[in-house]
Amino acid sequence: MTSKKTKTQVNVLLGTRKGAFILQSDARRRSWKMKGPLLKSSPVFHMTFDKRDGETIYAAVNSFHFGPTIQMSRDFGKTWDNAEKPPRFAEDSGLKVENAWHVEPGPADEPDDVYAGVAPAGLFRSSDRGKTWEPNRALNEHSTRSNWQPGAGGLCLHSIVFDPSNSKRMYVGISAVGVLKSEDGGQSWNFKNKNVRADFLPNKFPEFGQCVHKLLMDPKKPDHLYQQNHCGVYRTEDSAENWKEISAGLPSGFGFPLAVHPHDSERFYVFPEEGDFFRAAANSEFAVYETVNAGRTWKKRIKGLPAAEAYLGCFREGMATDELDPAGVYVGTRMGHLFHSTDEGKTWRLIAQWLPPIHSVSTATLNM
Amino acid sequence: MSVTVKIPIALRQYAQDKSELEIDAGTVRELLQNMDSLFHGLMAFVVDESGELRRYVNVFVNHEDVRSGEGLMTKLKDGDQVTIVPAVAGG
Repeated sequence: MTSKKTKTQVNVLLGTRKGAFILQSDARRRSWKMKGPLLKSSPVFHMTFDKRDGETIYAAVNSFHFGPTIQMSRDFGKTWDNAEKPPRFAEDSGLKVENAWHVEPGPADEPDDVYAGVAPAGLFRSSDRGKTWEPNRALNEHSTRSNWQPGAGGLCLHSIVFDPSNSKRMYVGISAVGVLKSEDGGQSWNFKNKNVRADFLPNKFPEFGQCVHKLLMDPKKPDHLYQQNHCGVYRTEDSAENWKEISAGLPSGFGFPLAVHPHDSERFYVFPEEGDFFRAAANSEFAVYETVNAGRTWKKRIKGLPAAEAYLGCFREGMATDELDPAGVYVGTRMGHLFHSTDEGKTWRLIAQWLPPIHSVSTATLNM
Repeated sequence: MSVTVKIPIALRQYAQDKSELEIDAGTVRELLQNMDSLFHGLMAFVVDESGELRRYVNVFVNHEDVRSGEGLMTKLKDGDQVTIVPAVAGG
């Protein structure tokens, strides 16, 4: 009797200003083949692979001329279907969708549900795998909405996080609004920003108005979440009821992307930038910082990365990990470089350059 | 009224790669609605959620920009040629 060997394929999905690209490799991740540009010419703010069905890639696509939409590919980018009814605010809302920022497959027990975050501050749900989208009116018409003020990135809803241990619990992150949590599957929303600073406001600890840049959940402990904020890096260990700043040990608390290790609890990566008024690598070193203890200590990871006079930056979706062991880490720059590490951040290599500005990096690990 | 509508290159991927269609419609809005029923989602690329023409999309009936007339309510007659054009922008 012969047993069939499983072949692993690693895909890195890049959303860029001029379309999308997919880099493919095997488990060794030494050589890469690039497909693209896909969705040519349209800015792609985010792409994500749906692990639930093992085939669909969703893309948040924003045409300068023709507006925002969500597109789906079930053949790894060869063909794309457009949403028949893309995310649009209710006609009586007075709001218009400016850009689609993030698309997130829903909880495992709702395999046809997909969620999208847009600017200005909107959450949408599709119950038919992306064909039609309905607004989440509880969030989009939140009683405090008239007091939400956009930051430099606008009022973008960029993070959507589900609790795998509680199908009714979900979180969203909105720039210059903060984190909101729902305990009833999105029927109501409450702010969860306690102890998170808003240095740019007269009241440094308001109920809302904090500028979260990226929000992610620990891979093993669903009560633990991490956020890269405009004003520091934070963790919570009680489902966002209380946050604690964990920026000590970083050259700057400012940054955009965040990536959690796929297997190890309390292990994640950030990319510090100098600050609000100089959005480039802190100390002009293009360094990724890693923690293995939820931000109690940090290690600078720069071997193989531009170590001096490097004025590169990353967008909020610009960093990701794959699911192999040891995990790969990927970071894409605003100037079109993609760096990766196959040893969990210890050493890095440039695997693509001269691409359009990279908006988003995500991965799909397939076992075939 | 049967009119001809020319589809710009960037939108053909959503219209089975067709560059031109023959459609029955009495107004530009009705034309876009009828196109959307053939190619779901197409209208949202031309008209925003408030029902207005997108800022950087122009629609011409023969050689007249509909914005200088009755907008999406511009009436169509048999044989008209409607052209959807992304606005020229940038530097």
